[in-house]
Amino acid sequence: MNVVGSLAPLAFGLAVIGSGIGVGIIVGKTIESVARQPELQGRLQGLMFLGIALTEALCFIAIAVAFIPFPAP
Amino acid sequence: MIGTPFEMNRILIIRMLVVVILVLLFWLGTRNLKLVPGRLQVVGELVTGFVRNSIAIETLGEKDGRRFMPLLFTIFFLTLGLNLTGTIPGLQIASTGLIGMPIIMAVVAYVVFIYAGLRRHGFRYFKNQLILPGVPIALVPFLALLEFLSTFILRPITLTLRLTMNMVAGHMLLTLCFLATQFFFVTVLFNQGNLIGLLGIGSFAFALAFTVLEIFVAALQAYVFAILTAIYIQLSLADEH
Repeated sequence: MNVVGSLAPLAFGLAVIGSGIGVGIIVGKTIESVARQPELQGRLQGLMFLGIALTEALCFIAIAVAFIPFPAP
Repeated sequence: MIGTPFEMNRILIIRMLVVVILVLLFWLGTRNLKLVPGRLQVVGELVTGFVRNSIAIETLGEKDGRRFMPLLFTIFFLTLGLNLTGTIPGLQIASTGLIGMPIIMAVVAYVVFIYAGLRRHGFRYFKNQLILPGVPIALVPFLALLEFLSTFILRPITLTLRLTMNMVAGHMLLTLCFLATQFFFVTVLFNQGNLIGLLGIGSFAFALAFTVLEIFVAALQAYVFAILTAIYIQLSLADEH
């Protein structure tokens, strides 16, 4: 059986598993902290967005790699 | 004119338009500075205050915050303005979605943080950054290599790629949704009369939702770029523990 196609979407899909878990952990921890101390909500929201942007940076770098035309051997 | 470095295409026109609009907004906002501000001045003060308090003074402290404030301000508003053009219906391309502009901004941030560190500490700056105190002497070469890679090579690369690929991915998502809408409404509904074309309403709703998400991501990426530059400068300027 011949399966022909490109592995790039598969690789990208595997790469975002880690990012997805990471973002979930960040947001969950922020919600937990706000539940303990509601007056810190403004500051913690800023930190949460910063953390999300840094975690998702790696999945965007993964999609950039998917666009590089690697030469076939 | 095509072929020389000065050729014009749509993207260059969009970038120049955004820069002209930004300069115009800020010039008009600061023209007759009154103590009780008029409307445009209020907006200008609000956003400048946001950049100064949340980004510059928060991470860098009072003195250094004011010193680096023009750079951070420029980076934030340039990124925000260029990102937002991806959502305006006439000009559909986010000017930071092409890798040239983020490379320039990342190189500027790179040069600034290395310059700030060298100015404050002299050539001991490299020793400070690469060799962390309290590390056993056997691990120092390995750790120095890792820190060198992470600080001097990966930082500008990740700054560039984060901004570019965020905008590229958003642009492709929006293109997908709008093309799906056009396909459903025009080709299926009008040309073939098939009622499945009513799915175009769903894809149009998706397109609107993703446009809102795109606006949010534009603002967020501008904020993240500015605050990461501020953090890198602060890490360069920090004294040893």
